[in-house]
Amino acid sequence: MDYQNIPKEKFVFADPNRRTGDKKFDTKPVSYAKDVWTRFCKNKSSVVAACIIVFLLLFSILVPIIASTTYSEALTDTTYLQYAKLTPKNNLLAPLGIWDGCQKTTLNKATYDYWQAITEETGFTIMPKIYKAGYSQGGPASRSTYYDVKIDTYIKNGMTYLTLTEAQFKDIQAWQNETGIQVIYPAVNIKKIKNEMYKSDANIWYENDMKGAPIMQNGKYQDIYLNSGNEDGYDSLRIDGDDGSLRYARIGGTSDNKSYIVRVFKYTYFQYRYGFEPSFLFGTNAKGQDLLTRLAAGARFSLVLAVCISAINLFIGAIIGSIEGYYGGAIDIIIERIIDILGGVPSMVVMALFQLHLASKVGPVWSMAFAFILTGWIGMSARTRMQFYRFKRQEYVLAARTLGASDRRLMFKHIFPNAMGTLITGSVLSIPGVIFSESSLTYLGIVNLESSTQTSVGTLLSNGNGMLASFPHIIFFPALFISLLEISFNLFGNGLRDAFNPSLKGIED
Amino acid sequence: MFKYVLKRIGLMLVVFFIIISICFVLVKLLPNTEATQFGKDRAIIEQRRAQLGYDKPLIVQYGIFIQKTLLGFNWGVSEELYRGQDVWQIFVSKLPPTMLVNTYTMLIAVPIGLLLGIYSALKKNKWQDHVISTGVMIFISVPSYVYAFLVQYLLCFKLTGWVGKEVFPLQMQAGTDYFSWGMFVSLIPAILSLGFGTIAGLARYTRAELCEVLTQEYMLLARTKGLTRGQATVRHALRNSMVPIFPMIMGEFIGIIGGSLIIEQIFGIPGVGPLYINSITARDYNFFMLLSAFYTIIGLASGLLVDLSYGFVDPRIRMGEK
Repeated sequence: MDYQNIPKEKFVFADPNRRTGDKKFDTKPVSYAKDVWTRFCKNKSSVVAACIIVFLLLFSILVPIIASTTYSEALTDTTYLQYAKLTPKNNLLAPLGIWDGCQKTTLNKATYDYWQAITEETGFTIMPKIYKAGYSQGGPASRSTYYDVKIDTYIKNGMTYLTLTEAQFKDIQAWQNETGIQVIYPAVNIKKIKNEMYKSDANIWYENDMKGAPIMQNGKYQDIYLNSGNEDGYDSLRIDGDDGSLRYARIGGTSDNKSYIVRVFKYTYFQYRYGFEPSFLFGTNAKGQDLLTRLAAGARFSLVLAVCISAINLFIGAIIGSIEGYYGGAIDIIIERIIDILGGVPSMVVMALFQLHLASKVGPVWSMAFAFILTGWIGMSARTRMQFYRFKRQEYVLAARTLGASDRRLMFKHIFPNAMGTLITGSVLSIPGVIFSESSLTYLGIVNLESSTQTSVGTLLSNGNGMLASFPHIIFFPALFISLLEISFNLFGNGLRDAFNPSLKGIED
Repeated sequence: MFKYVLKRIGLMLVVFFIIISICFVLVKLLPNTEATQFGKDRAIIEQRRAQLGYDKPLIVQYGIFIQKTLLGFNWGVSEELYRGQDVWQIFVSKLPPTMLVNTYTMLIAVPIGLLLGIYSALKKNKWQDHVISTGVMIFISVPSYVYAFLVQYLLCFKLTGWVGKEVFPLQMQAGTDYFSWGMFVSLIPAILSLGFGTIAGLARYTRAELCEVLTQEYMLLARTKGLTRGQATVRHALRNSMVPIFPMIMGEFIGIIGGSLIIEQIFGIPGVGPLYINSITARDYNFFMLLSAFYTIIGLASGLLVDLSYGFVDPRIRMGEK
């Protein structure tokens, strides 16, 4: 066939209705961010971890607002010491017998009687449950009997002696009249307490022997209330069986500046003083501070510190790493040697030196932050440098340079965005590391952050360490918090790393 | 190779020297308080200052320091913690407990960690692997002191209640009979607390490496030429996956001497860690310098050993080659 001269009539017009050219996509293009998001969402454990992180964040932000009470706000209150080591109590669950502020313990007869006396006097049940009563231990030779009981730490707190001014004394009386709750209990005739040791013990209101054990008649405690002496001017609630002859205060001080020594029940005194019944969701620590708000404050501090330090490290590391990677050569070698030296100093030494130096000038928090930043940016700069070496010789960079882009533009507009994924992942993964170091340092006491308004999780842990056997709740909640935080940050970071890594795309399908 | 090792050791010493110098300068910048522990008499204080060279300019003091410590190996006497005693001797007497705890931990943790890692790699994506991986994730994340509390609470307090007598004491047994059975038992809580983290770290690393090696083509070749799965795994996969794992274990072994500050503190092990913390809180300068130098050299040496052991494990790797 003669291809050079094809007759005109052989040609036919193409169908004008038929579309030629590339097919238009029905689907929408998937942007990088969206792709990261979908792949992150596929990773179930990371999503759960992210939820836990959000929950912990909300905990640390909201708890100080919601759970703040007149008690937790009175930060320097000395009455705090009266409410130390109360166990966790939740008012909703308490009737079910769990989370009720009770402790299981074994008492001997003398201690059992001692605590039971509080119930006898006030009517508050101190031992809601007696598992095993009056058994003897260690064979027939042993004469003491034991009780396995559940004891309410809030009631067990018992009585205390307070020295009040006349105004304070009157105020409590007025409150008693108004609410009908007994705070002040009758004064005790101290002369009738035989053992010197128990004379200052406000819980003793009954006749007792040299060992402090009650002398009972017909199984009843015999009271030794004060019913003579100076008139105390008490005009308020009286306990059952008081015909008006009992004294409710011992009077001291001078005649024109009287002081009233009264015996108050700490449980109801708390109500008088702070306006609600004592009940602490996480219990209180050895100083009587509410652990819930304390933990939230510590958590907030730890999180803010860790996030800020990661962000600063990211910033510094990105800049230094960019310069290093972009210019290379002598600059690279010099900075690498500096990094060698900085990286060689053990973090503990850096921290100790900073504490010795700066803590007295700028405070422990800032000096700790400086120490973290001093060596923290190294990891970030190494990542950035790596990315710069990978991309700086690529054609598109050359093209941009040919078009006249400046060094700075090349660095931060063209090369740096490639490193964003690994950098973000790296800084998220460095957050648990910072929290861990911070809590270790405060735990060891190298950094001291404890004050009435400030605390950290590590400090809470170290405060609770000595009481692990008798009051595990003091250490349990901070430990639980930090464990959850570390696990979820690690899972979240891993998920993020996988999501930002385009080479893993489609691998799970 | 030999030249490379020498070069690396030389570089390490230079870095060490610079770090020690920085430490010296920073400590000297601290407010200068008079040491009154040995007597408040003015004359005694002046005499001691002159004797230690503290009345000379800083640069001369630096020379004295280098001459005494790095060249003469005399780290001075303790000012606060053990008044008048030789710092070096106290330090040496504190080393055995630290090393003992960490050696036991490594001896127990390394085999368990490796076995768990290998097992979960062989059972990849089966339920055994998922169980191990979850456990590893938890144990890697949770701080070691949290285990320490758990171990203390369960083994030292609760177990005593259940059994009726003390099985594991709360603190390390006193005395220096380090290889007695009683000492070992008293160390078990500390060993457990330290071990969990090491086991988890090693298991995760081994699993990742072995998984990668198992998908290599030479594994397929090994199977096609007639090796059983076990033979192929042990002879080819394990050996190759050990290349990065072995250096890691070597690094940890050097770390043994350094020990763990926090675990030693919790379990009352009279080791180097508590000594360091006390030297910071009590401002015992000579202890601080010695222990800082010690921790620095441990860190540098373990880094060096990790690098070098790549070459020993796998002769194909030539470190520092151009």
